[in-house]
Amino acid sequence: MGTSALSVLEERKSSISNERGRGVCCERESVSGAVSQRACVYCGARVVLNPITDAYHIVHGPIGCASYTWDIRGSLSSDADVYRNSFSTDLRETDIVFGGARKLAAAIDELMEKARPAPRLIFVYATCIVGVIGDDVEAVCREAERKHGARCIPVKAPGFSGTKTQGYKLACDAIMALLGPHRGQPKRFGVNILGDYNLAGEMWIIKGYLEQIGIPAISGITGDSTYESLARAPSAALNVVQCAGSSTYLAERMRDEMGVPWVNVSFFGVEDTVASILRVADALGSPAASAGAREFTARRRAEVLPLLERYKPRLAGKRAAIFVGGGFKAISLMRQFKELGVKTVVVGTQTGRKEEYETIGSLADSGTVILDDANPAELERFMLETRADILVGGVKERPLAYKLGLAFCDHNHERRRPLAGFEGALCFAEEIHKSVRSPVWRHVKGGAS
Amino acid sequence: MLDLTPREVKERSALRINPCKTCQPVGAMYAALGVHGCMPHSHGSQGCCSYHRTVLSRHFKEPAIASSSSFTEGASVFGGRSNINTAAKNVFDMYGPDIIAVHTTCLSETIGDDLNSYIMDLDLPEGKIVVHANTPSYVGSHVNGFFNMMMGFMNYLTQRTGTPNGKTAVFPGWLNPGDIRELRRLAGLMDVPATFFPDQSGVMDAPMTGRYDMYPQGGTTIEEIRGLGDCAGLIALGEIIGAEPAELLRKKWKVPFVLLPAPIGVSNTDQYVSALRRASKTEVPAELEAERGRLVDLLLDSHQHTYMKKAAIFGDPDVALGLTSLALEMGMVPKYVITGTPKEEFTRRANALFSKYGAEGCTAKANADLFELHQWIKNEPVDVMIGTTYGKQIAKAEDVPFVRAGFPVLDRYGGTLLPIVGYSGAIRLTEQITGALLDRFDRDASDEDFEIVL
Repeated sequence: MGTSALSVLEERKSSISNERGRGVCCERESVSGAVSQRACVYCGARVVLNPITDAYHIVHGPIGCASYTWDIRGSLSSDADVYRNSFSTDLRETDIVFGGARKLAAAIDELMEKARPAPRLIFVYATCIVGVIGDDVEAVCREAERKHGARCIPVKAPGFSGTKTQGYKLACDAIMALLGPHRGQPKRFGVNILGDYNLAGEMWIIKGYLEQIGIPAISGITGDSTYESLARAPSAALNVVQCAGSSTYLAERMRDEMGVPWVNVSFFGVEDTVASILRVADALGSPAASAGAREFTARRRAEVLPLLERYKPRLAGKRAAIFVGGGFKAISLMRQFKELGVKTVVVGTQTGRKEEYETIGSLADSGTVILDDANPAELERFMLETRADILVGGVKERPLAYKLGLAFCDHNHERRRPLAGFEGALCFAEEIHKSVRSPVWRHVKGGAS
Repeated sequence: MLDLTPREVKERSALRINPCKTCQPVGAMYAALGVHGCMPHSHGSQGCCSYHRTVLSRHFKEPAIASSSSFTEGASVFGGRSNINTAAKNVFDMYGPDIIAVHTTCLSETIGDDLNSYIMDLDLPEGKIVVHANTPSYVGSHVNGFFNMMMGFMNYLTQRTGTPNGKTAVFPGWLNPGDIRELRRLAGLMDVPATFFPDQSGVMDAPMTGRYDMYPQGGTTIEEIRGLGDCAGLIALGEIIGAEPAELLRKKWKVPFVLLPAPIGVSNTDQYVSALRRASKTEVPAELEAERGRLVDLLLDSHQHTYMKKAAIFGDPDVALGLTSLALEMGMVPKYVITGTPKEEFTRRANALFSKYGAEGCTAKANADLFELHQWIKNEPVDVMIGTTYGKQIAKAEDVPFVRAGFPVLDRYGGTLLPIVGYSGAIRLTEQITGALLDRFDRDASDEDFEIVL
């Protein structure tokens, strides 16, 4: 039985709007029984810390949470590959009964004895039941630091203790714990890039741009990050925040506690990329960097726009649906579709914030459906009602889009080509084009074209 | 790649590295997706449900629906009764399944939620059903979750009317839709009316129709599950995944069963076909004889390329044992055979296979992980690896040819539509394994030795 005729749950109505986002209720817990697309606190924390490539990420809990997060995020490393392994205490029934703290301590000991070169940085993620069975993870980590001389940072992330956003915050706290001993370094000219996970090498693209206009990238937090590079982060003159949802909190803490000011950027789409590079250069107050940024962005913009232009006639009249994690990305994508002449008809996020929904509302046409924490049934209903041709989303949305005969572009960790910067804008257009124009639709009843 | 793995193997008792298993609830979710009109429901935090749906979507390239109790701090303190009440109401109102299959998680198990009484107290819409299974993540593996969910359905639904339904029950175990299709085809050829339970074919390989059906055509129906007690007999496939559900059906309704290995390879398929023949009034048709003949012909054609080639086989216990049996039939040496699932029965059965074929120097281990397998391979290399996608890092690091089979396979397309079971599945695997070995032979051949004909 199809669900398109089904009604939207009463409790969900306030999370959906087709009046330019007016009054979309967000930042609240999911309804029990919803087929939500959302993940959990642990997931959020792991996403942010995972790209620390020389860290040992130990999941303290039953095996599942370690299995499901084993090397799936697509954040690339130029150096260490410790993070591509899965470490866990694989708690068993006896541990649940007698407590798992001793096993955790033993696991850390085994790691320190056997891993060479000796680990310098360990994150211990406590999942759902660890608090319930009363393990004192903080004490185990403190003792491990004393015993082994490595940093061992607890991340208490039981899945039920909030949404993914809460996990981001915990990860940011863990990063602050890591940076703490390194504060007070003299400031130098250069920036940290926050909230870019180096998916498909995007951090490298952004770093490359900044370096070309004479702005050194001191640290990526977190993308292709190592302990060493993170330790330099407090010396930066500026923090550049790409994923606001995950990293604004960290930027604010670094500003307050380490005197690093921050600016928001988005490197998705040509116009946002240009604006972001200029904003970074201007914020640093270096006339040379600002002049360099103007020259660089003008040149790159002039190079890429004609290339994008070629896609416009081939995408003319297409209608897009967007369902992504954070609100900031949704905003960039709406602008990017506008650049390509594609109308956005549905916009949803998993964890968008109130002010982001206001911006989304201001960019939306009337009739564009805006929704928070959507479930498949709602996505289906609104994509069909608005006659969307393509969905931009993540892994769980892909098969749904295909089943409905919609083209699809992964803008999450399954992207294999960079979507950030000028190159990324072009890749994005290519990806959209590739899926929308595929001959496969000729074989699909009621398909896109 | 995996630069960190040291050659020297040291005993670990607390640290799991690179697991070859996952937790029970995803197995329960997959089993429940094999029931028609069923909404799997995860009674725990939201992340569990999201992770399980993601891994299933990645393996099958299909939507995998499931709802969650969405535990919060409150539920973790006061219990999840109100979550289940709200969830059942919302799921029936909004998604309209015929049945909800609840499975627990480590959280709801640890706080001691009593699903039996919660479900008994539910005020359900007319004709709607809720069943449950306890699937603590800290016991066994995803394989346990799968058979526990099967038993959950059977505990709630099966009955014996006293009138035999003339059908044979088949528990296929954890296989892909393409495998179940093949097993059903074989039952059809043998003229055995059968109920396959669970049956994800048609659900996790639903055809493209241009519309999305939350509950596609496939899946064992509730009526068929009810009727399991009236079946004349049961063929349970997978000696590890099938044992407990088969025992339950026998205890509950006196349905006699045979417990067979997953029908991978010649002799394991023979056993399935023999069991079907015993349930049938017909002899093995010529068509099926010919199919078997073609497989044996292929094994003969290719035997000189596979003889004494060393293989590392890893994955779920029954699939790994089946692959081991086929590898032995191909004259290969299953040097390392591991599963992450903690079942010593696995080691015993693998060793029995080694002795049956006189294979020497082989190691089997349950409750093992891929880090350890990697270390073994570093010490004594193999010619081919056969298993799930997570072996690809080792295959790359050690430059070993790699054939994907089992769950999960996250990086290839189409594999879930085609069988590895039955004679045709063995033909497919033999082609893949031989192809992988010969591709490597060609790649490494010097120009002088590079030949058109192999």
